[in-house]
Amino acid sequence: MSIRVEHLKKRFGDFSTGSAGSAADFVAVDDVSFEVESGSLVALLGPSGSGKSTILRILAGLEAPDEGRVLFDGVDATHVHARARAIGFVFQHYALFRHLTVEENVAFGLDVRNVPKATSRRRANELLDLVGLGGLGGRYPSQLSGGQRQRVALARALAPEPKLLLLDEPFGAVDAKVREELREWLRRLHDEVGVTSIFVTHDQDEAFSVSDRVLVIHRGRLEQLGTPSEILDEPRTEFVAGFVGEVNVFPAEVANGEARVGALHAKVGAPDGHARLVVRSYDVKLWREDAGIATVERVVTLGDRVRVHALVDGAGSLVAQFPRRSSLLKNVEPGCRVQVEVTSARAYPRA
Amino acid sequence: MRAERDVGAPAIAPVEAAKLDARDTRGDRLAAGRVALGAVVVLYLAVVLLGPMGALVAEVSRIGIGEVLSAVLAPPALEALGMSIALVAISVVVNAFVGTIGAIALVRHRFVGRGLLGALADLPLAVSPVMIGLAFLLLVGREGVLAPVLEALDWKIVYAFPGLVIGTLFVTLPYTMRELAYVLEEIGTSEEEAAATLGASAWQTFWHVTFPNVRVALGYGLLMTAARALGEFGAVLVLGGSISGQTQTATTFIHDAVEERALAGGYGMALVLGAISVVLLALLEHLKHRRARALGRTK
Ligand SMILES: Nc1ncnc2c1ncn2[C@@H]1O[C@H](COP(=O)(O)OP(=O)(O)O)[C@@H](O)[C@H]1O
Ligand SMILES: [Mg+2]
Repeated sequence: MSIRVEHLKKRFGDFSTGSAGSAADFVAVDDVSFEVESGSLVALLGPSGSGKSTILRILAGLEAPDEGRVLFDGVDATHVHARARAIGFVFQHYALFRHLTVEENVAFGLDVRNVPKATSRRRANELLDLVGLGGLGGRYPSQLSGGQRQRVALARALAPEPKLLLLDEPFGAVDAKVREELREWLRRLHDEVGVTSIFVTHDQDEAFSVSDRVLVIHRGRLEQLGTPSEILDEPRTEFVAGFVGEVNVFPAEVANGEARVGALHAKVGAPDGHARLVVRSYDVKLWREDAGIATVERVVTLGDRVRVHALVDGAGSLVAQFPRRSSLLKNVEPGCRVQVEVTSARAYPRA
Repeated sequence: MRAERDVGAPAIAPVEAAKLDARDTRGDRLAAGRVALGAVVVLYLAVVLLGPMGALVAEVSRIGIGEVLSAVLAPPALEALGMSIALVAISVVVNAFVGTIGAIALVRHRFVGRGLLGALADLPLAVSPVMIGLAFLLLVGREGVLAPVLEALDWKIVYAFPGLVIGTLFVTLPYTMRELAYVLEEIGTSEEEAAATLGASAWQTFWHVTFPNVRVALGYGLLMTAARALGEFGAVLVLGGSISGQTQTATTFIHDAVEERALAGGYGMALVLGAISVVLLALLEHLKHRRARALGRTK
């Protein structure tokens, strides 16, 4: 199913006055529009509180937008009840039915549609096999681990064959190792089942490693929509640039396609004037040179990466990252002078 | 704290030790205080609960089991007990519906006057049943505002069974509703939302998701309702008038019996009510544990 969202807006009333629609309202989703192609896997990425869950809940029909429309396959679904949207929703904290067995949980969406019991049980068990939980159908949710509950929630959402699968931080509540596995597995499952899927995450690695496209959300607004590499290579706003990697930000002056701050300069594609220069830590080269423009403060080894913290004349501190065996690192040690070259940078105009 | 002591100079050590001593004796005093408090609670329970029950049993055996039994099994006593049981049954059934619907409305829906409804639902807890009875008398009594209407319709409320029902329903209103509202708040909406996304109708969601989760709480609330209905005195006295064989309940029967010095009947009935209360309490205790377990499985 293809999805089209037009100018979505959602306010939440101020609890202290209890009145909705007043000026004190909090805008959780602010004029968000986007499209999702049928069959793709899309990530809604943003920091906590940016409005990701609210957008997902509006798509599910669990929340009504104040303004804007939601279209499924070109048909306006803004006022269609959640139960009639043919969606599957995986909740952040599973929301399994605690008084039903795993099998009954998975069969729920079929049972409420009066699918014959034999059929619904067979389908439930097929799905449990698919998510690797075959044989656990008789247990209660309280008897499962977090990762297992998550997979039951997924099987339950898939059982009625939804046209759209929505997942709210599906791996947020399981530990790091399980999360990695589930991530891989979600991608494979998506390719197998082929259902259009949108998942919410605040973890950039998760968004980039799993999805076809990423929507970056910040303060209720859509900052950028693109493929993972588009977002990594061409962050459209300063927020996106800072959110998707370790960056250095300097107040700079741009003239003739070159940004300058102190002794540092970089080629950028921004108009002349005041700007904020954003430089990724891995887009910096530096090497020992007594006539250089910076002094090394610290050298930190983190696994297979080395981070160099340097103080650039007239610009301030800068962090650069290198592979551990990089030849550039030769003789680079705290206190020494280094030359700095910015290989790639972006500048965002500033008032 | 520990680090301080470890590095502390010897000169300071005695002071530290004295402080520690002080803390220890304070701990002792706390422990002693807990024991004393425990003793007070036990004593209080003994005086308030076991004392009267014991006195009752002693009194009944002094009068003679035979005489007490025949007084309790006599028609007026049985009719009064039957009346009380009927009121219990009615209030349990009515509260099962009103309490459930009211609690869902209060917790799950947003509407104008919701706060007011919540406060009204708690009102019977704060107001004396006698006062409530009097207020109803002013409304539907012989001289009441609605008296002409009731007369025209030939409805008798006060000093009749409907009066007893109204009084009992009013005083029992909060118990089931509050209990259910608390549990509904506690379990949250995510399972209900999950059911909706899976295609369940409102009724299917209630019946297959919400209700199983609040079943124990409903039982708990209804038991409290039953206990309250059984024990109600003021409202049923004012609205019913305790007419033997018509509007006399178990509690007003006891009152009248003691008044008329028919002690065998009075004490006998008190013992019967006491026994029923013990059973209700035991059931409540049982459900309390089940409820705790059910809520423990929340996430
Ligand atoms: N039901 C609600 N009532 C009031 N405020 C809400 C409600 N739901 C979300 N919000 C607020 O809206 C903002 C966005 O929330 P959410 O969509 O949950 O963010 P995210 O999922 O990105 O962490 C937050 O500031 C949150 O406090
Ligand atoms: Mg969220």
